[in-house]
Amino acid sequence: MARRAVAIALEPRWPGAVAAGLVVFLTLGTVVAVGWRGGRELGGTDWAAVRFTVVQAFVSALLSVLFAIPVARALARRRFFGRSALITILGAPFILPVIVAILGLLAVFGRSGVVNVGLEVLGLPPVSIYGFQGVVLAHVFFNLPLATRLILQGWLAIPAERFRLAASLGAPVRRVLEWPMLRAQVPGIFVTIFLICLTSFAVALTLGGGPRSTTVELAIYQALRFDFDLAAAANLAVIQFVLCGLAACLAWWVAVTHALGAGLDRAVQRWDSGGMSRVWDAVWITLAAAFLMVPLVMIVWRGVGGLAEMPTTVWVAAGRSILVAVLSTLLATGMALMLALRGGFWAGAGAALPLAASSLVMGTGLFLIVFPYARPSDLALIVTALVNAVMSLPFALRALIPAANSLREDYGRLSRGLGLTGWAYVRIVAVPRLRRPLGFAAGLAAALSMGDLGVITLFAADAQETLPLAMYRLMGSYRMDAAAGAALILVAISLALFWIFDRGGRLGADA
Amino acid sequence: MKTLTHVAGLLIATAIPAVAQDVPVLTVYTYDSFVTDWGPGPAIEAAFEEVCACDLQFSGNGDGAALLARLQLEGPRSDADVMLGIDTNLIVAARETGVFADHGLSVDLDLPVAWDDPMFVPYDYGYFAFVGNAGDATPANFEELAASDLKIVIQDPRSSTPGLGLLMWVEAAYGERSGEIWEGLADNIVTVTPGWSEAYGLFLDGEADLVLSYTTSESYHLIAEDDATKQTLVFDEGHAMQIEVAAKIATTDQPELADEFLAFMLTSGFQDVIPTTNWMFPAVTPEGGLPDGFADPNAIGQALYLTPDAAAAARDEAIAGWRAALSQ
Repeated sequence: MARRAVAIALEPRWPGAVAAGLVVFLTLGTVVAVGWRGGRELGGTDWAAVRFTVVQAFVSALLSVLFAIPVARALARRRFFGRSALITILGAPFILPVIVAILGLLAVFGRSGVVNVGLEVLGLPPVSIYGFQGVVLAHVFFNLPLATRLILQGWLAIPAERFRLAASLGAPVRRVLEWPMLRAQVPGIFVTIFLICLTSFAVALTLGGGPRSTTVELAIYQALRFDFDLAAAANLAVIQFVLCGLAACLAWWVAVTHALGAGLDRAVQRWDSGGMSRVWDAVWITLAAAFLMVPLVMIVWRGVGGLAEMPTTVWVAAGRSILVAVLSTLLATGMALMLALRGGFWAGAGAALPLAASSLVMGTGLFLIVFPYARPSDLALIVTALVNAVMSLPFALRALIPAANSLREDYGRLSRGLGLTGWAYVRIVAVPRLRRPLGFAAGLAAALSMGDLGVITLFAADAQETLPLAMYRLMGSYRMDAAAGAALILVAISLALFWIFDRGGRLGADA
Repeated sequence: MKTLTHVAGLLIATAIPAVAQDVPVLTVYTYDSFVTDWGPGPAIEAAFEEVCACDLQFSGNGDGAALLARLQLEGPRSDADVMLGIDTNLIVAARETGVFADHGLSVDLDLPVAWDDPMFVPYDYGYFAFVGNAGDATPANFEELAASDLKIVIQDPRSSTPGLGLLMWVEAAYGERSGEIWEGLADNIVTVTPGWSEAYGLFLDGEADLVLSYTTSESYHLIAEDDATKQTLVFDEGHAMQIEVAAKIATTDQPELADEFLAFMLTSGFQDVIPTTNWMFPAVTPEGGLPDGFADPNAIGQALYLTPDAAAAARDEAIAGWRAALSQ
């Protein structure tokens, strides 16, 4: 009797399962913890909030992705001095703490910002950043860099040999190489950004211009803070999950996977990029750089003056934030790697669930779970690191899942044949070949954790404040200049952490 | 010999925490800005610890609304002995939580209104006002403001205590006409922020001509920053008062100490610190009066005050009206 062949798992299975369990506990479990007491009916204003939330998220995601495609292509096929630094700095808006980014945007687009001053000189009417357009503008500012980076990863994942082959055959690169890649990548990226914008809170509230711009997350905040209506908050959180689920299903339905085969990791050389395309690429890179970097320059400019006024506690808070960020990065990268290698449904869930989770509900749920057994402040830094790790999983997985899938397709058979399974597969095959997306994922996790102002506000005692919390408290005591200084430090550390990890992943690879 | 030093070391090591444990700890939950280095917290802690033979620990928890939510989340297991920092608009909600106990003090206050609440003790108060840049136009009431083209930035009443204060101010001044006033103001409002910090930051960055803050904000700029470029608009319909209160937690394990603290709160060790750290008017005016350059509490003309019960009764409808007026 021939025994049926049983596929031996390439990678260790349990770590991925543990990571998936943790994600489910922190996202869905906390909703149950908050909402199990039974609830109130949702009213008309709640549904108005749902409508506004969906529309602004859709438009924001659409514009972010549409603009990201030409920018990513330009970056993928051009080599110029400072390109690597530019790619790193273009990533900055995504990792900025929201309030810092808003102040940077206002310095450019606000009533007395650069743009309106320029319009006034030209005798033109001013433009207003407040309202629907402001919400979308801010979301594009945050998410265009993410979309660009993720699409760029897709471009760089096309092996150099393919371009060489296409060039020698005279085949249209756009149709045979680029379109299939975009078709596979863009729907997932669109949904990721849609979900980020779906749970947006401070942007909509600060730039929205009034109550017509109420998002679901704001409704949750009101329910938790002012009404102390835990059940209503949980109901709204469930609505967010449903919206997220619908969007994720749509993305899976639209996306198609593609296999390009394995390349030899040689530098991409393009033969299809002369003439006008050179001009257009320059235009796109310049526009994106201006849009993303001028607000950053304003943040730096405002911050330098405040550095001298910062109390020393800001530096201690910065050290604490770095500790949390590093811990969170280790957790996030490990979890993302194991989930991506495992692949399938749970990897997808890990990439979507945290995006739909309300960080307010997550923090409150964890608090209710932890409080009967331990002092929340004893666990503040650990819990913050863990929640930040889970919150950054979707971004880490976005970069890792496609690479891990290709790895399995391209090297799975060979690895099995050589008996490289289990941890040996992880160590010898996966980690070296996934180094680039792993570095990117770690960089993102570190930077996002630095800027986070979520659960820490519920858990931290006064002596445990992180840098964003310290900055926020400075603003609350009229110390706006010192807060601008702290914001500058925060941006600098976030970028440095991102650069170090991302650089580590790219060493030796020509990217 | 070696063992002897060992034992001595152990003894010392165990003796120190034992001494520390002999001092009772009083935990006071408050809002964030109270406990910062520039807030009243540090000076008050030092002053109270001189007289109480205890360890006073402040714990900052966001703003007033977050503070109350925190105590409800923690329930009877909370470490808190005293809550300090909600305002009168939240008193009814706070009373209904059952978290607080009566204070049993007979209080003698310099508040512009009579106070006989058995549970909540006021420690300072202030008046909401629009703050702008000196030299700009100065509308004398909400209607003139609405008719002007001045741009204002306000806070959301659903997430911020000053935001709710403004809502109650319009309610107290105009009652049934509130909706009309808000409709008139709609085109003046640049944006509505989640909290005071964001709004004030936007104003300082030139995003608006006016910001909803306090009459004492001008004093901050004058005294702490030597900056006379800010002005307070005085409205002829009067200014809404915000009274900040403290209360004893019912489940405290330090009831005597909590009472002692609430009593101390109305003495000079606490009250003298308030004006230039919390930038509010002390509930008991210091013997030497307010500091030089500090705002005059009587400068605003009429004080408008909704009792906690009136504020609680008006709140939901006022928020709905505000929302409808600004959503058009």
